[in-house]
Parts: sequence; structure tokens; C-alpha cells
Amino acid sequence: MTRSFADVVVGDQLPPLTVQVTRADLIKYAGASLDFNPIHWSAATATEVGLPDVIAHGMLTMALVARLVTDWAGDPSAVVRYGTKFTRPVVVPDDGVGATVEVTGRVMDKNDEDNTVRLELTAMFAGKTVLGRPTAVVRLG
Amino acid sequence: MALDQSFIGRTYPPASPYDVGVEKIREFAQAIGDPNPVYRDVDAAKAAGYPAVIAPPTFAIIVVNMHAIYTILADPSLGLDWDKVVHGDQTFAYRRPIMAGDSLVLTATIENIMSRAGNDFITVRTDLDTVGGEAVLVGTTTVVARGTA
Repeated sequence: MTRSFADVVVGDQLPPLTVQVTRADLIKYAGASLDFNPIHWSAATATEVGLPDVIAHGMLTMALVARLVTDWAGDPSAVVRYGTKFTRPVVVPDDGVGATVEVTGRVMDKNDEDNTVRLELTAMFAGKTVLGRPTAVVRLG
Repeated sequence: MALDQSFIGRTYPPASPYDVGVEKIREFAQAIGDPNPVYRDVDAAKAAGYPAVIAPPTFAIIVVNMHAIYTILADPSLGLDWDKVVHGDQTFAYRRPIMAGDSLVLTATIENIMSRAGNDFITVRTDLDTVGGEAVLVGTTTVVARGTA
């Protein structure tokens, strides 16, 4: 059920999401997305190119943030536009615990002409944002 | 090594179609940890008003990677040092969700090539349509080759 445009108020917070990302998750995502870049599964390769350890796929973090948006909107097809920069890595240690990513968002704008709202989103890891200005535009009912 | 600027504006016509299967969508939804039933179950998708199981918003990256990024940017005459490449930014502009049963073709265009602060940036636009000519989404991908400029 798509969220009603009339019920949305600028400044509304989206229900936050906390996701644990483990090495096993990175292997699953590599297979599902066909992104087999070794920096996402080989510590040797990751450290060789100057990273502290294996890092998560930026597109995996982008997918976690998309879930916040589609859960809130109530309908994945409501998403009209979605984009982000990838600014910092999510480092995923091989300790069975992994990395904690915290996803939040809020309503920045409402456009009465086409029933769209603009959402400002954030993904945090280790106290810092990992995405640059992730933004979604969603058309509501 | 500087990248070959003459690649700006170059368009790559579609290769073979990408056929979207329901099991690939389920696998992708599982991998991103999203339990939404419209990504898995045809009855749930139909109840939500879709003709078939739909894909999560970032599913399109599979087709973008397979049919654009891995092929075009691997062209040795472009001069990109693939080992130094990271994903810089990604945007999708959607007409409708990707659905199981879609047969998708991708047209890629190199929109920009530039160097800044020692890094090379390449921006590729990817138009994703059905084989029947229906527009599905337009992606924009920027990759960064770190320290190569």
C-alpha cells in the first residue's frame, strides 16, 4: 500500500534501519550482483591497494538505503529517482560479527504538482557517513 | 596515463538481451537482506498491483555492470587502469520497476571523461529498455581510477 502524499510532512523522519554486514553477506552479494572485485572478499587484495581490510560493495550499502525508502513508501515502484556518491568504505572484518551500518532518512521537500517527495538519506558506519548526499525522489498516492 | 578523451560521446548499441528471471530477483533480494514479498512471491506482487515479481531498485546494477561497465571500460584503447577503479557515484531514474520476464537491452554512452586531483573520472549513461522498446530506467555511473591522472 503506497503511503499517502497528504499524510507526509516536511521534516518527517523515516523509521531507521540498522543492518549488520558480514563477510558472508559480501560473498552472497558478490554472487547475486555479479560483482566479483576481490577488494570485497580478499583481505590480501584489499590491503595491497591501500584499504584497511575487505570493504563492502558500495552498491550493497545503496541497496540497504533503498530498503529504508521502499519500506517507508510502501511500494518500490514509487521510487522515481535514486542516487548517491560513494565517499567512504564500509570495512568488514573477518570476525563473524562484521560491520554495523545505520540508515536514516527524512523528508526534505514536497512537490504538490506531481505528488513527489524528496528524501535526504544517510548511511553511517563507525560514526561517519559512507555515502555522499544519497537522495531519493518518491511519487506517492 | 591520460585517458583518451575522444571516447566522450561514444555510444555502444545493445548487445544480447538480459532476461530477468524470478530466481535471480529472489537471490538478489536475499543478498541485500530485504524481506519484501513483492521481490519473491508472484501472488504478493499481483496483490500489490504488478503483473509479475518485481526487482529491488538497485537490481539494475547487474545489467549495467555486465553490459556496460565490464565491457566498455575494459577496452584497452580507453587507457583505464582497471585495478585502480572504484565506484564513484550511481543514479537511477525510473520509469517502472524491472520485473521477472523482462527482456532488457542496454545502450551505453560515455558522457564525460575528466581528471581531477590526480584521479580519472568516467561517467557512463545507461539506457535500459525492453526489447519491445519500452523505457524502464536510465542509469548514470561514474567510476574513478584513483591516482592514475
